[in-house]
Amino acid sequence: MVESAVFDGLSWNLVSDVRELFSFPFMVHALEAGTIVATMAGVTGWFMVIRRQTFAGHTLSIIAFPGAAAASLVGLPIMVGYFGFCAFGALALAAIAGSRRSLGAESAAIGSLQALALALGFLFVSLYHGVLNSLDSLLFGTFLGITERQVAVLLIVAVVTITFVAAAARPLFFASVDADVARAGGVPVKLLGFGFLLVLGLSVAETSQITGALLVFALLVTPAATAQQLTTRPSLGVALSIAIALAVTWLGLALAYFSIYPVGFYVTSLSFALHLLVRVIRVPAVRRRAAALATEPA
Amino acid sequence: MFAHEFMRNALIAGTFVGLACGLVGYFVVLRAQVFAGDALSHVAFTGAIAAAVIGTEIRVGLYAATILGGIVLGLLGDRARADDVAIGSFFAWTLGLGVLFLSIFTTKSSAGNGTGGVRILFGSIFGLSTTDVRLSVALGSVASILLLAIARPLLFASLDSAVAAARGVPIRGLGLGFLGLVGLVAAQATQAVGALLLLGLLSAPAGAAHRLTTNPFRGLLLSAALAVAAVWLGLTLSYAFPTLPPSSMIVASAVGIYVLAAAARSATGASSRSWSARR
Repeated sequence: MVESAVFDGLSWNLVSDVRELFSFPFMVHALEAGTIVATMAGVTGWFMVIRRQTFAGHTLSIIAFPGAAAASLVGLPIMVGYFGFCAFGALALAAIAGSRRSLGAESAAIGSLQALALALGFLFVSLYHGVLNSLDSLLFGTFLGITERQVAVLLIVAVVTITFVAAAARPLFFASVDADVARAGGVPVKLLGFGFLLVLGLSVAETSQITGALLVFALLVTPAATAQQLTTRPSLGVALSIAIALAVTWLGLALAYFSIYPVGFYVTSLSFALHLLVRVIRVPAVRRRAAALATEPA
Repeated sequence: MFAHEFMRNALIAGTFVGLACGLVGYFVVLRAQVFAGDALSHVAFTGAIAAAVIGTEIRVGLYAATILGGIVLGLLGDRARADDVAIGSFFAWTLGLGVLFLSIFTTKSSAGNGTGGVRILFGSIFGLSTTDVRLSVALGSVASILLLAIARPLLFASLDSAVAAARGVPIRGLGLGFLGLVGLVAAQATQAVGALLLLGLLSAPAGAAHRLTTNPFRGLLLSAALAVAAVWLGLTLSYAFPTLPPSSMIVASAVGIYVLAAAARSATGASSRSWSARR
């Protein structure tokens, strides 16, 4: 249950609660940033799930952590570290995926990359003698200190990535569903794959500033997976994925505001609960349809 | 180096952690389940921190969470091979729970015990007690023996599950048991290298072994040997340069070995290819 309110507290008057949320600049910034991040995560996450690159996506999100730690070690703005390391990680992942080995060998390479990233991140943090609090916020995110400038940068990156995905949506979808046929049809599958990883890296870098390196994944994978349970149509699926990501982010931020618990917990729990709910509802429906098909005379 | 008790403890415990991780990791890579190992490492974090919040022994939470987590992952996926979307959404939520427990834990014990979370995430191999070492040795041996006992049917089931099933190998049971075993090893390794870094010990030495040999039993042994070597190298490095944290050095050594193996493999592969081209 929601308890221990911060300022005025939660009342039964929903309108005044919402008005209170918007009365603090930090909360407005958090909501703006959350909206941008959720939209982008919804779009790129949908393609990530279709392309079965969840492990790669998770690894990219981990790479954001040493990026931020390295940036604070040498005194650069954290954003530079996030974007630089994620772009580099996308390159490395594209090289791993391009070498066309067996599934096991590929996942071993991705896993090693991820472990190295974490090891480096921890190394940088211990070299920095950083306060432990900052380690926590690098890993688990914070939504309290978002500035207007950060929101502006987030918006620019979001526009760039969403434009790329929108422009490449058709061939990217084709290449994701059937790479061999797409290649035969003249689609530059390899280039698209690399471009997508780069975009994924960008959006992960962006998302991790609000949810933290460890929780990015909740916004990327769960809404997209839920949307794919609900519909197989691409355009509807992307829209649903965005809608779910937005809903859980807004609700999570609001809940975190009115309680003492972290936003990451609410966002992950809400999206996972929704996912489970959809799965539970969907499974009998699918079975019924399959049974109907089976009993239908040929 | 051997004069310090903490160093001897770290070396003994680390050896058994490396042994178990190397052996189990070989099959994790073979079965393409590295992502499941990744998920289990996050489950380990949540389990340990939950135990800390409730106030019970951290180890209890750790082992219970990872072994259960392994079995849940097995049940979630098709034919005991968890698929990555199911894994992803499950462990994103686990991590969210972990964050909740962490925040409860740090607000509850504000009397300067904020390092607990970091120790679980990144390990504390230099701070192991004698009991920790004994437990680590015992569990490492148990896990290794169990794995070697099921190695043959597991290999069969991993390489060709359809034929194995036709020959009466219980592939589903084996898959579940294997993931449970991965959970056990994950919990054991969490104490040494931390929840976040154990993936390096699971995947890097095994990946290197897969690169160097296709013979499964030689690969299994090689993987274990490389993992133990990585632990020793990492501990030595961290001892020589005290600013470098041991768990980072262990994982960096493991990944270094992997990169070397991949480079050696592609070098010999290229030379044999050019050799056959010349013929």
